[in-house]
Amino acid sequence: MLAYLVRRVLISIPLLLGILCLSFVMLKLAPGEPTIVQQDLQARATGAQRETLRQLYGLDKPVYVQFGRWLWRVVRLDFGRSYSPDGRPVLDKIAERIPITLGLNLLEILIVFALAVPLGILSATRQYSLFDKSMTVFVFVGFATPDFWLALLLMILFGVQLGWLPISGLRSLNFEYLPFWAQVWDILSHLILPLLVATIGGLAGLSRYMRGSLLEVIRQDYIRTAMAKGLSRRVVIFKHAVRNAVIPVVTLFGLMLPGLLGGSVIIETVFAIPGMGQLFYQSAFSRDEPVLMALIVIGASLSLLGNIVADVSYALVDPRIRVSGKREA
Amino acid sequence: MTALTHLSRRAFLSLLGAFPVAACGRTESVSESSAAEGGPAYGDTLVQASIGDISGLIPNITSDSASHEIGGLIYSNLIRTDKELRPEGELAERWDISKDEMTLTFYLRKGVKWHDGEELTAEDVDFTYRYMIDPKTPTAYGEPFRQVRQAEVVDRHTYRVTYEKPYAPALLSWGLWILPRHILQPAWKAGVDLRTTRQNKFPVGSGPYRFGEWKTGEKIVVEANPDYFEGRPYIKRVVYRIIPDQSTIFLELKGRNIDLASLTPIQYRRQTEFPAFLKAFHRYRYLSNSYAYLGFNLLDARFRDKRVRQAIAHAINKQEIIEGVLLGLGRPAVGPYKPGTWWYKDDVKTFPFDPERAKALLAEAGWRRATADGILEKDGKPFSFTIRTNQGNLVRQQTAEIIQRRLRAVGIDAKIHVVEWAAFINTFIRKKDFEAIILGWGLGMDPDQYEIWHSSQTGSEELNHISYKNPKVDELLEAGRRTFSQEKRKAIYGELQDVLADDQPVIFLYVPDALPVVSARVQGIEPAPAGIMYNFIKWYVPSTLQRYTR
Repeated sequence: MLAYLVRRVLISIPLLLGILCLSFVMLKLAPGEPTIVQQDLQARATGAQRETLRQLYGLDKPVYVQFGRWLWRVVRLDFGRSYSPDGRPVLDKIAERIPITLGLNLLEILIVFALAVPLGILSATRQYSLFDKSMTVFVFVGFATPDFWLALLLMILFGVQLGWLPISGLRSLNFEYLPFWAQVWDILSHLILPLLVATIGGLAGLSRYMRGSLLEVIRQDYIRTAMAKGLSRRVVIFKHAVRNAVIPVVTLFGLMLPGLLGGSVIIETVFAIPGMGQLFYQSAFSRDEPVLMALIVIGASLSLLGNIVADVSYALVDPRIRVSGKREA
Repeated sequence: MTALTHLSRRAFLSLLGAFPVAACGRTESVSESSAAEGGPAYGDTLVQASIGDISGLIPNITSDSASHEIGGLIYSNLIRTDKELRPEGELAERWDISKDEMTLTFYLRKGVKWHDGEELTAEDVDFTYRYMIDPKTPTAYGEPFRQVRQAEVVDRHTYRVTYEKPYAPALLSWGLWILPRHILQPAWKAGVDLRTTRQNKFPVGSGPYRFGEWKTGEKIVVEANPDYFEGRPYIKRVVYRIIPDQSTIFLELKGRNIDLASLTPIQYRRQTEFPAFLKAFHRYRYLSNSYAYLGFNLLDARFRDKRVRQAIAHAINKQEIIEGVLLGLGRPAVGPYKPGTWWYKDDVKTFPFDPERAKALLAEAGWRRATADGILEKDGKPFSFTIRTNQGNLVRQQTAEIIQRRLRAVGIDAKIHVVEWAAFINTFIRKKDFEAIILGWGLGMDPDQYEIWHSSQTGSEELNHISYKNPKVDELLEAGRRTFSQEKRKAIYGELQDVLADDQPVIFLYVPDALPVVSARVQGIEPAPAGIMYNFIKWYVPSTLQRYTR
């Protein structure tokens, strides 16, 4: 097991380097450079001033030199300063946004799990029933609905027409002046719509996966045996079938790891939530390379880590993987 | 300051909106009102929205409009423009222009205090000037100050600058945010990048509002400065909420959570025309400080022929573009200036929509109908070109489509290519690799447009992208910046407008309307040529209408 783990980690290192190298080159290939977005078309900006900025950022060096320098700094965990005029350290900019995105996504994942697992069980045990069919339609409609559109509809209904919930943001303007319980409600009320939109979009995958996994288990011989020895259907399903069926679903959590910190660009933008997704979006538009690259490092590392976690937890469950080192289809 | 307008290209665009809170402050009005009910009263909060976070709180080194708007509340300038767009003193009580028009002397108000209580003096002005001309300063606004030959602090309240040559835009260039020397000098001397200083996050200014707080990505709050030298502002607090999505901003506005915003033509005409909205908000409409144009690459022989440019001007129906794209909210542009300014000349040559005249001019220029599809040809080559514009600006894209159809009618085949902003500038504009473009210019408070039209400004980094070269225009532009006399300048820029109107180096398309809306509870707004924001500190909410009481 340990050898497997070590091998997986070692394989990830060149993979990570490859991802970073490609990302860096692609950013450089995009036409235009950060100095353009920053001071473009100010009538009185001169070429000399632009050159000052280029030297300041080292943009006058060849790409491989820039990549090498950048990588050497990153190895020492120095992500540099943002190119945006605030010039703040990249890590500060990211650190202040992590709690928001992490909190939001943890809540979302909990809700999605809490809903998707029972839904999947119900659908599987009542396969092809009216419930199963309508759930299928519902989750796929939810999956297919564009987030931003659903978000706007909900904002119009609950925010503008009914006035029940705040439209956007994370806190009310008078937040500081509220008593504690009101502050809690204030934040919760701001989170209801974003969580609703995120959950509706995320339900389909997991509930389908749960359904499929349980259906597969139910057809196993040991379930038939359990039925045959006269156990009630309830005991068979919950005690024997679900326990086994839920394991592969839980390993999916590993694959959700990058999403936990990545944030949703669309939801955070539409609801004006200052999280990581928004930061990514803004950095992309302003060609803020140090911030973009730092976010890519985080995203890529977490994706690789998530894959390792998923594979290892799968391997723990399924001995065949440990032996061959390959997952069966 | 002239800057290209690129209405939605920048990550940061200011659009104003507001947000109160469902569960918030609409409690009993225990306001600190000083006047009787209905009259001016102190208190209340005005909420606006910005589409992007600000980039810093030293506005001299930022270039996004949100930073400038908030910077404008926190800092003050030496000079500003009044509601008629005439120069007036802010920190400068008055100023002198020497007889030879080369020296400007500013006499500062006495007793002006920084928000931390220090006195603001000519040393602060001098520090700001020296910072602006420091080649290490990452600012786009340093150029006018490099024209200064000598700058001196005469005494605590007098500052004198001398130029190499008379330079008329100089005066308004001192509409510069003055920075606190006592706070920034040590860092600057030590070679520290001022963006990393505390001042950029927790600024000390001298303007009508003091910095309150900045929650990254969430909001910026400023509080009224009771000691402001022109009087304490009525509105107690201004909040800028950062909402990165235009639709969300509009919904917050409709939910009355935003007090001040700008509408698009569609929103103005179709989405706010209902009684509840009109009761909650006052809408304003006046000409904005910008114009849109169809520009040609004048290095291209086809466009170098004035008759061709005039023909295209005749082929385009500007009124149709205004009706169709701006829904009537704008007016045709006939030159590079805003109607209503003192230098504007309204009786210049115009090119009314006249396809027949356009065809005649094209024929005169040697373009003949040859192919079956009706496209004109000259020397065996069809008249076909591409109009490029930037992505994210629907108005420009639609304008391009209307122009395309009109040009087709006179036998010109135009294609449209919409390109992302940075690529647009770098790949096409800078390399002069374009045939035609649709863009806009934001207009300054001074008629000097040397950078845009002078033949010396055609380098790849410079702003005369179209490579316009006209000795008469050069001469007028040079003369215009060399005198401060309004009479003389009016004549000079009048002549410039005549030359440009006849020459049509670009087709001046339209001047769009600015469409701000402000919550109806706010009183004291007086629209003027400068817009509505110029008397912001005099805006107030009568005590009975105040919404936010803390």
